[in-house]
Amino acid sequence: MVSRTTDDYETLAKMGCVAVSEPAFWAGFDRGTVDGFRDYFEQLTAFEATRAASYGVQHFTWLCINAKEAENVTLSREVIAMIPEFLDRPGVLGIGEIGLNKNTHNEAIVFLEHIDLAMKTNEQILIHTPHLEDKYQGTRMILDMLTDDSRIDRTRVLVDHVEEHTVRHVLDEGFWAGMTLYPVSKCTPARAADIVEMVGPERLLVNSAGDWGPSKPTAVPDFILEMRRRGHSHDLIRRVVYDNPREFFSQSRGFVFTPPEVNETSSCD
Amino acid sequence: MTTAQTSEAVLDQEYLPARAKILELAATLDRVQRTTGYDDNQPQSKQLRAAIELLLEGEPGRAERVQLLFSRPYDQRWRETFKIAR
Repeated sequence: MVSRTTDDYETLAKMGCVAVSEPAFWAGFDRGTVDGFRDYFEQLTAFEATRAASYGVQHFTWLCINAKEAENVTLSREVIAMIPEFLDRPGVLGIGEIGLNKNTHNEAIVFLEHIDLAMKTNEQILIHTPHLEDKYQGTRMILDMLTDDSRIDRTRVLVDHVEEHTVRHVLDEGFWAGMTLYPVSKCTPARAADIVEMVGPERLLVNSAGDWGPSKPTAVPDFILEMRRRGHSHDLIRRVVYDNPREFFSQSRGFVFTPPEVNETSSCD
Repeated sequence: MTTAQTSEAVLDQEYLPARAKILELAATLDRVQRTTGYDDNQPQSKQLRAAIELLLEGEPGRAERVQLLFSRPYDQRWRETFKIAR
């Protein structure tokens, strides 16, 4: 988690986290060159894995130029052309998180070119959907582009940041849906639990934001606690926070995962 | 999928947090109204009022409807606008 301190890996490990999947995303500023992204991908595929491993956390990652920086189409094309240099690195799960931010023409062009790369390299896809007033329109646009491409295996695509008004659109089209939890805004642990209750656990998973802004990498344990408080079963909770992510990630050749040796009857899970 | 809890249990847990959120909202609206040049017809005020009215509807799905109220509309002809072919 390039935006977080090592302490966060330690805290996650203490809370029972066994693996993280980190998407390539915005650096807090717009990078100016393809070499800036090459260095970033080096950090994601080498240094972060080492940092996480110090606490027994397995680290996986996704590669792309994110939607915020996709407004620069020339740079985006240089980055997309460079991504294959890293796709066979250990722990790389695919292309992501691509998507839209402000639902612009250039973002859509770069999104489509990322999709084309993923199809040509047989990679899984992780998708970011916009926030706030842009989410609904952007999610629908993304689904339009995905469903128009007959090459796409929908079971190998995860559309993230779903909320109440977008989750059914994503699931009904056969894609996986992710709920990214934030402490105060966007999708909270309680609302994510509501969504599980409303649409069920099929192809649905939760994850936490480790962002530059207000975010909380340990939000998944908050969700687990909320689900327990409501009386939901261990199996249901485990499915949404562990089995479903594992099933989705397992479709990536880079997902070489060693499950923890835990006696569940004596664990604190 | 239904919840495992009874409505009494959920209300016991959520009553005070919900009460606090309503008070925060009430105080926020008062704060806006105390401002110089307050205009009840500002777009944000109108949208907030519409959202509050929506909460009083009896049908479930309020959260989804509030989300849609605060969302830009989806234009299925966006490709033509952007000149992006299928």
